[in-house]
Amino acid sequence: MRRKVKNLLINIVVYSIIMVPLAIPMLGIAWLIAQSFSEKVIVGLLPSGFTFDHFSFLWKQIKFGTKTYPNIWPVVRNSLFLCLIMVPMEVLISSSAAYALSRMKAPGRGTIMNFIVFLHAFPGVLMLMALLYLLVQMGLYGKGILTLIGVALVKVALNVPMSVWILKGFFDGIPWELEWAALVDGCTKFQVWRKVLLPVIKPGISAIAIFSFMSGWGEWLIAYTYLRDPEYYTFPVLLSSLIYEFRFVNWGLLAAMSLFYIIPTLVMYALTQKTLLRIQLVGAVKG
Amino acid sequence: MNKILEALTLGREEMKKYVIAYLFLFPFLLTVALFWIKPLLDTVYLSFCEAKYTFSNMKFVGLRNYEWMISKDIYVPNVFKVTVMYVGTVIIINAFYSFLIAFITTYYIKREVIGVALRMLWLIPRILPTIVYAILWLWLIDPEMGPINLMMKALGLKPPLSWLIQRPYSWILMIVVNGFVGASWGMIIYSAAIKSIPTDIINAAKIDGATEFQIMRYIYVPLLKWPILFVTAWQTLSLLSSYGEILAIWGDFGTARAGDVVTWALYSYYKAFSINDYGYASALAMILVVIGIALTFIYFRIFGFKRLVQPSRVEV
Repeated sequence: MRRKVKNLLINIVVYSIIMVPLAIPMLGIAWLIAQSFSEKVIVGLLPSGFTFDHFSFLWKQIKFGTKTYPNIWPVVRNSLFLCLIMVPMEVLISSSAAYALSRMKAPGRGTIMNFIVFLHAFPGVLMLMALLYLLVQMGLYGKGILTLIGVALVKVALNVPMSVWILKGFFDGIPWELEWAALVDGCTKFQVWRKVLLPVIKPGISAIAIFSFMSGWGEWLIAYTYLRDPEYYTFPVLLSSLIYEFRFVNWGLLAAMSLFYIIPTLVMYALTQKTLLRIQLVGAVKG
Repeated sequence: MNKILEALTLGREEMKKYVIAYLFLFPFLLTVALFWIKPLLDTVYLSFCEAKYTFSNMKFVGLRNYEWMISKDIYVPNVFKVTVMYVGTVIIINAFYSFLIAFITTYYIKREVIGVALRMLWLIPRILPTIVYAILWLWLIDPEMGPINLMMKALGLKPPLSWLIQRPYSWILMIVVNGFVGASWGMIIYSAAIKSIPTDIINAAKIDGATEFQIMRYIYVPLLKWPILFVTAWQTLSLLSSYGEILAIWGDFGTARAGDVVTWALYSYYKAFSINDYGYASALAMILVVIGIALTFIYFRIFGFKRLVQPSRVEV
């Protein structure tokens, strides 16, 4: 009996070591959901009154500083535009480079691979001013939609060392026989890559595509730093200006918008949690 | 004659192979050259220049930015202190507390479903987009609506009027916010490593009457010394250079300075994008760039290429 009590006590202590801190972010999530549908501002955690009004940004005008949006969809469009530039570029660049690194003899291959690991460890966010300089030189800064393309290019470049590395792992796993068979049948190297190997590593490709989409959808820092024209704000940049530019925070609107904004993230995460864990294991450099 | 011809054609074949390989590598190498190498060199160059507001009136000024940083900038000593404090504390969460999470969820809790579920919950702060994570925190610490202040009041403590600008609350907030994001990375790596340890060692220890704590202390910790070292090393570099969460929560330079949460990387960011002093900001960034390159080289030395790439491997 005493042993049982003692075990129970130990269990409680051990569980609370990892569960008590978890309560804080969980509380935050619970608030986000409750506040989105609650008529009054929530003090503590009790919602009062049920309403869909906070979601009116989906069909009604949003006033914001000097700029008004007809509704949220132009902002969603900007965010999607960013992602839709990033995904194909990242997939194309990383799948071709990964193929060469995994399958071909080339002088300097070892150096390139070392260099990729170095790039992966090296914090690219330190170079934001030099990258801004680059965008200015390329004529991609302060010019409306071109800036958005600039942000996409920077993001792709920062992601690409890791995605090459991940895809190289997938290419390494394909038996050589498959490639030889195709070559004997008269395929060129390019055809082997495009028609034989890419279909085989489809899970890898879709993982990279999803990863890239989510990194574009969630990107705040670079977009916030470079995007100055409210017409081309992406979703997270709009959210941050809602906090920074108004003294009075409308918690209901903020919560409803955040909830709407994270739905794609949560859905994607739920669908691909295993693959993403593998990618995380390779390691996104993040505090 | 024939031999020479053979060598030549072989050379041409080889040549063709190399050309094809580099054709496939070309988009990647171009991206790296444009968006990594050039900015890196530009950062070096900019750090020797005066470049304010625009890049078009750039002027070479030699070491002036560095002189200013070392001897005249009154914020630098404080920024340095905050950075050391920040990295030193968050690393404890990211490298050691995360070990506890991994150990408890993969070993101590025997029902795998519960362990997996807990790990998923721990991943949420990392999965959430930065700005939403920041909004959650801004609500949590809100002086009127926020649950943290309400709880403190209920416990009879005197809550701060502002978590953002009152020390030491601002420091606590900065540490905790980044701790939650960073803890899951170590957790993932340690969990994979713990799972790869054969269970017969553990069973043998259990038969000998070892307690769970002893199993952790004398079996898992020594076996996981490489992953622990790896996570500590990697997270040090990443903490030195990451500032996204702090920027998202504190917003402008004034608030962050009032709360005394300006780390070195964040200071460089504010100098560039609030003050628009790109030259000085680059000089500040150069310090971290040099540290970053040095640390990466040291990591290559300690871990070797293989271990850097497969951190979860454990030597039993």
